Order: sequence, then C-alpha cells, then structure tokens
Amino acid sequence: MLRINNIEVVYNDVILVIKGLSLHVQGGQIVALLGSNGAGKSTTLKAVSGLLRPDNGEITDGDITFMGERIDRKDAADIVKSGLFQVMEGRRVFKDLTVEENLIAGGFTRKSSCHGANLERVYHYFPRLKERRRQISGYMSGGEQQMLAIGRALMANPKMVLMDEPSLGLSPLLVKEIFHIIRMLNEEEKTTILLVEQNANMALSACHYGYIMENGRVVLDGPGKQLKENDDVREFYLGMAGHKSFREVKHYRRRKRWLS
Amino acid sequence: MNLFLQLLITGIVIGSIYALLALGFTLIYKATDVVNFAQGELLLVGAYICLHTTVSYNVPFLASFALTLVFTFLMGFFIEKIFLRRMIGEPVISIIMLTIGLSSVMRALVIIVWGTDTRTFPEVFSQVPVVVFGLSISRVYLYSIFAVAIFLGLFSLFFKKSKIGVAMRAVACDQQAALSMGIDVKRIFALSWAIAAVVSAVGGIFLGNINGINTSLSHFGLKVFPVVILGGLDSIVGAIVGGLLIGILENLAGGYLDPLVGGGAKELFPFVIMVLVLMIKPYGLFGTVKVEKV
Ligand SMILES: Nc1ncnc2c1ncn2[C@@H]1O[C@H](COP(=O)(O)OP(=O)(O)OP(=O)(O)O)[C@@H](O)[C@H]1O
Ligand SMILES: [Mg+2]
Repeated sequence: MLRINNIEVVYNDVILVIKGLSLHVQGGQIVALLGSNGAGKSTTLKAVSGLLRPDNGEITDGDITFMGERIDRKDAADIVKSGLFQVMEGRRVFKDLTVEENLIAGGFTRKSSCHGANLERVYHYFPRLKERRRQISGYMSGGEQQMLAIGRALMANPKMVLMDEPSLGLSPLLVKEIFHIIRMLNEEEKTTILLVEQNANMALSACHYGYIMENGRVVLDGPGKQLKENDDVREFYLGMAGHKSFREVKHYRRRKRWLS
Repeated sequence: MNLFLQLLITGIVIGSIYALLALGFTLIYKATDVVNFAQGELLLVGAYICLHTTVSYNVPFLASFALTLVFTFLMGFFIEKIFLRRMIGEPVISIIMLTIGLSSVMRALVIIVWGTDTRTFPEVFSQVPVVVFGLSISRVYLYSIFAVAIFLGLFSLFFKKSKIGVAMRAVACDQQAALSMGIDVKRIFALSWAIAAVVSAVGGIFLGNINGINTSLSHFGLKVFPVVILGGLDSIVGAIVGGLLIGILENLAGGYLDPLVGGGAKELFPFVIMVLVLMIKPYGLFGTVKVEKV
C-alpha cells in the first residue's frame, strides 16, 4: 500500500537525516517503525505526508508511492485527500478550539455532510470525547488529547494512518488503552497503520511487521514476533540485556554491525 | 450630561469601527504572523471604491456597498497571494517593511486616482436626526452601529460554525498540525487578508458617510495598535471590548480635555493607554502569543 524507496531527506539544505531508507507497508497491516531518539522516525513520517516544508526539510532522492501513485511531490492536502493521515508526535491538538471543533478540523477534507456520521463514529470509539465535546481541548489531560488526536484522524476516513509515538508520556494503563484502540482501528475500520513507537514491547506485540532504524536507515526488519525474539532487539529496545552488561564490548560491536 | 452622552455615542460609533479594524488585524496576525501596517489603507481604498461607484456611476448605495465588499475581498486575497506569499519564512522585520511599503503604495494610488480633497457621499442616510430621550442622534451613527454589529455577529458565527472558519482558527493555533489534516494553509492565509480587507472597507464606508473621505482616513489604521493591545489578540470579543473602550475614552478625552489643553488630547489618549498597558504587561501584543506557541 505504501512504499518508500530509498529516500534521502535533508534539513536546511545541509543536514542529511534520512540516508537511503526503504520501507513497505502492506494494506490492512499494522507496521511498526522503531528506533532510538533522533534516528529519523518522525522525519520519515513527515516525508510521507508532505509535512517537511514547514520544518525546512526536503526529500532529495528516492520516491514514495501510496496505492500505486507517487506522492513525494504532492501537497500535504492532496495526500490527505488520497487517504493518508498523520497523527503527529506530541498530539498537537488545537488548544484554543473545543473538542468538537478539533474534530471538525480533522474532517476538513470531507464534505460537511459526512461530519455528523463521522462524529458519531469517533464518539463511539471515544465516549470520553463525547462528554467533553464542548470543552476547550487545551485543558484536557494528555490521554484525552491523544484520543482527540486519533479521533481527528478518524474524521478524515483515511485508508492509512501514520502514528507518531501515540503512547508518549501516558500512564501504563492509558498506553494499553491506546494500543487497544489502534488494534480496533485496524481490525474494525480496516485501517492500515504505520506506527512509530518508543514503547518497543507494545509496538512489536501489536504489529504484523516491524522495521528498526538507526541513523536514518533501516537496520533490521521482520515480522513483529520474530523481531521480539531477536537478541539485538531484546538488548537495545526491550531493555532485556540478559546476562550481558551494557558496558560489554559486544554491545558496541553489534551496534556497529547494524550501522555498516 | 448631554455632552457626555453625545461623546459616549460618538465613542461607540467610532469604537465599533475600531473593533472591525482590530478584527481584521488580529485575523491576519494570528493566522499568518504578519503585523499589518496597511490596515488603514485597506480602509481607505474600500471607502474610495464605494464612494466612486456611488458617485461616478450612480449605483445605489446598497449595491455599491456590496460591490465594494466583493472588490476588497479580491484585493485582500491577491495582496496576500502576490506580495506576502513569497515572504513566508522571511525575517519579521522584512515583512513589516513590506506592509509599510504596501501602505505607502496604496495611499499614493488613492491620491493619484482621487486626489487629496475631502469628498463626501451623496446623502445616503437621512440628515434628520433621531431623537431619543431628548438626545438627538444622527441616523448614520445608528446605521453604522447596526451594520458593524451585524458584521461582527456574522463573523463570530462564521468562525464558530463554518468548516472554513474553524479551519482558520486551527491554522492560528498550529499551522503544521492544520496542514497535516489537509487544511490548505496558503488559502487560509489569503482568506485572512481578504476578510481583513472586507471588514476594513465596511469601517471606511461608514466613516466616509459620517465625516467625508480624504487620505487622512488611513490614520485609523494606527489606532488598531492600542485597541489590540488593550483587548488582546485572542478573540472577537477582545476586539470589540478594546475597540469600544478606546473609541469611548478618546472621545471623552477629546470632549473634556481638549478645551483645557488646547487640542491634541484626543489623538494622544489611545496611545497613552497603550503605553500604560505595555508598562503593566510588558509582553503586550507579541509576548503572549509567543508564550502560547511554545
Ligand atoms: N527541523 C529540523 N531541522 C534540522 N534538523 C532536524 C529538524 N527536525 C529534526 N532534525 C534532526 O533530524 C534527526 C532526526 O529527527 P527525528 O525527529 O526524525 O527523530 P525521531 O526518530 O523522531 O526521534 P524521537 O524519537 O526523539 O522523536 C535528528 O538528529 C534531529 O536533530
Ligand atoms: Mg520523533
């Protein structure tokens, strides 16, 4: 469904952040994209959804196709219209707007006549948002804001959603709830999902396939279960160092091998 | 007492026009981060266009009013598209210079086309004043307040209820997030300028009907600064409160202080208020918004 072919992304004309990254998301699946801070996960998602320009970033090489069509030169608005929606890192709710106004903004690319039904759908998944529909969203808790951010995506009836760290800064219970919702979106709404996460454990359990990136490249990929069993992944991302200590040389060598 | 009431009513009329201007100014500022120094010239051009169609082509006032709104809408739209679009991301000071440049160009064009003499509208509103409780109020004042109230009401509805209005507020909150949901941010920028030009024109047309039109009408644009600093940049309500307060205070100052000090108090007063507000709340106009954005 989504294919990223060997892209390079440069910020401010000089800083090369993504260095030949390729990735494929099959329709109907949840695909996880993991990596440490600064690996370039958010940059990758922004490249897909055409949001690099406000950050002064640019795709300088490679191409991206969504459902067979090139999208790497398209406007963000056209990409949303073609059915691809990004839920950005840090929730990014419109703080001065009410919950319902946020949702209306999420459905901007849809006809106003679809808003009613879509609002009901969002409220069905997030009853809490219905209770607070008239509240200014800036005053809501982090978890509620994350639900609102996902709800905004639903308003656009997307075929595929890119989610950037939806569990960021949430309590373990809420993290569970968010992942439950992500699975439901995938199963009930048949939405394809590309999920960026720091919470590797949850992400690898939820996903069908996973990619791990370091320094602007994919260094490892495979089905979620398989990645979860992988020694390197266990060591670096699942915090299961086993009998090895972090100071061990092996740790360094493994990292090196990924980079080469 | 009669003097006080007269001053109060004049203050409300002028203040409501300030509110319109402030609405246009904040719309542009919040959506596009541009400080528009050409707000007064948008008013000026609108007033002249309406006068011109009414006087030279004998178009009935209501029709030329409507035509002016259409014209200024397009004018604002294209000013953004042609001049400001390419300045996105440039330093704030360059953009301010550009709007100052635009204001000079527009004023010069007005002088070239219409000259500098004061012109007046033909009698659109009956000169016979309305008498309320022994106080005579000129009709154009009442129509002005009424029209401005309708416009402000329509715009609050627009921003609250329409998809585009909500999108405009969303862009003001977080541009990139708005972009991520397919909101065409550039079109919203152009639309902000278009609406700002329209509301300014409405203000200009009524001012023109009250006092006649000459290029000094554009000085009204500067009054926007005390208004937005007093009322805040956040809401239509802020613009209305700020506009009315400044309008009323400056007229009271004009009525009571000018005879004592020999003139000038009326012009000075709004800016004294502005300086005081800034001293008490040093972030003033720009600070709060920056804090909000972090
Ligand atoms: N607007 C920008 N201008 C310049 N460099 C940037 C910009 N945004 C990100 N970068 C750099 O690009 C690299 C990748 O950033 P990115 O945000 O994609 O990482 P990430 O994998 O999402 O990290 P995190 O897990 O912390 O969110 C980082 O080194 C970062 O400093
Ligand atoms: Mg990130």
